Amino acid sequence: MKAHQADRFATIMLWIGSLAIVAILIAFLTLILGRGLPHLTSEFFNGPDGVRGQLFNSFYILFLSLVLSLPVGLGAGIYMAEYAPKNKFTDLIRLSTESLASVPSIVFGLFGMIVFVNMFGLGFTILGGSATLALLNLPILVRVTEESLRAVPRSYREASLALGATMWQTLRKVILPTALPGLITGITLVAGRALGETAILIFTAGMNVSRIPFDVNPLAAGETLAVHLFAVKSNPLPGTNADQIADGTAALLIIMVIVFNICLTLPSRWLQRRQLGRNKV
Amino acid sequence: MDKIVVNKLDLFYGDQQALNNIGIAMKERSVTALIGPSGCGKSTFLRTLNRMQDLIPSVKIMGQVKIDGQDIYAAGTDVVLLRKKVGMVFQNPNPFPKSVFENVAYGPRIHGETDKKKLSEIVETSLKDAALWNEVKDRLHESALGLSGGQQQRLCIARLLAVGPEILLMDEPTSALDPISTMKIEELISELKDKYTIIIVTHNMHQASRVSDRTAFFLSGDLIEEDVTSVLFTRPAKKKTEDYISGRFG
Repeated sequence: MKAHQADRFATIMLWIGSLAIVAILIAFLTLILGRGLPHLTSEFFNGPDGVRGQLFNSFYILFLSLVLSLPVGLGAGIYMAEYAPKNKFTDLIRLSTESLASVPSIVFGLFGMIVFVNMFGLGFTILGGSATLALLNLPILVRVTEESLRAVPRSYREASLALGATMWQTLRKVILPTALPGLITGITLVAGRALGETAILIFTAGMNVSRIPFDVNPLAAGETLAVHLFAVKSNPLPGTNADQIADGTAALLIIMVIVFNICLTLPSRWLQRRQLGRNKV
Repeated sequence: MDKIVVNKLDLFYGDQQALNNIGIAMKERSVTALIGPSGCGKSTFLRTLNRMQDLIPSVKIMGQVKIDGQDIYAAGTDVVLLRKKVGMVFQNPNPFPKSVFENVAYGPRIHGETDKKKLSEIVETSLKDAALWNEVKDRLHESALGLSGGQQQRLCIARLLAVGPEILLMDEPTSALDPISTMKIEELISELKDKYTIIIVTHNMHQASRVSDRTAFFLSGDLIEEDVTSVLFTRPAKKKTEDYISGRFG
């Protein structure tokens, strides 16, 4: 009887825990969106204090940082999972990535400032910001990639190799498609960080927006939405409705992240379904 | 004619010797069963025949394995071509998480076949040869993971046949299956014998006597005895073989 009661108690506790998460999310969304959504007018984007530039910069920097970090991060992760022999050197690589993954982002920001802003003499630039963001995200990408690939059963590899496939064919046609959901999760994770990151970008991409709309010059300074939110809240310019801009920006940030996640998840689901055949198990 | 000739084959895992001076010949279009207790080296030996054992780090192999007169461990051997010719069925059915069709088409595709019509033909004949066509012809584009264990194993055999092998290595192909699925696979083996050279590792001595022409008994990395199956099971030449088949150990 006692085991029975403990079981019920545990079930209820776990249920409450899960419910709390949903409740917190709902409270959070209603508050932020409720305060911010009314401010999201055309004026908010295109007006004299409009955030059109910041919105563009956010995605531009996200895009550039992914371009810089994905090939290296995925490549290193794949190498670690599939090709690397197990020895002291690869243990050292793994230890290094793990240590790098836990470095506070503001330290990366300082590093980026020393290297890109000062040593290379670029000043505050979108390129410097993206490169530093890429550095921040690399260790996480390597780890997530390695772990997703390791989760693919060994028997798939054996089956493919025994049919006369090369390692590269096996990787492309069996391992990567199977690991895709894990990889997408990893990319969503780093993309979310890139969209929300402030500490790094204040030090490297600066707090100015180009006067040219949709300026793709990577050597221009580029304030992102998250940095903008920090700027208007911490240092409100007199004569502006800083609180409203901040509320609107916060809501816009949330919407951006949600939209971005959906944009990544839906195609990956579709790809998986195509891989698996009609009736998924 | 001898399809496979193995000569003085030694295999080491690091310092530990797992195969000891193995010598055996296998005829074309015959079934050879490898029996012996767990850890005797029969699976290890099987996997040296398509060089799958090479994938394990720190393995050292010495001696000669000749297939159609070619030493497969000679420098310059194309492992991809070898594995195309010497296919393998594993202990646990391991279909890819793809549709039934894509599983069978996988091999031909990686070997360069792109013509849709030809692929469909290959898939159909391979599934028919693996005695699975009637059960899956209406669900070719559903996930292979939805099939039963026995169906999955026959799918793996179909996937293998689609590559056009000459030799089939089977590593305890029925040990994870129920009796009826086992029976179907055994029937399939006796049909495939007309076209292929088959080597099957099995724990089940009844299975060995049902499906094989010749049987080889392994013990602690040694090949103790190899003979016509009925002879080995009724009049073994060696005491160790007799002890094993009469159930005194193993």
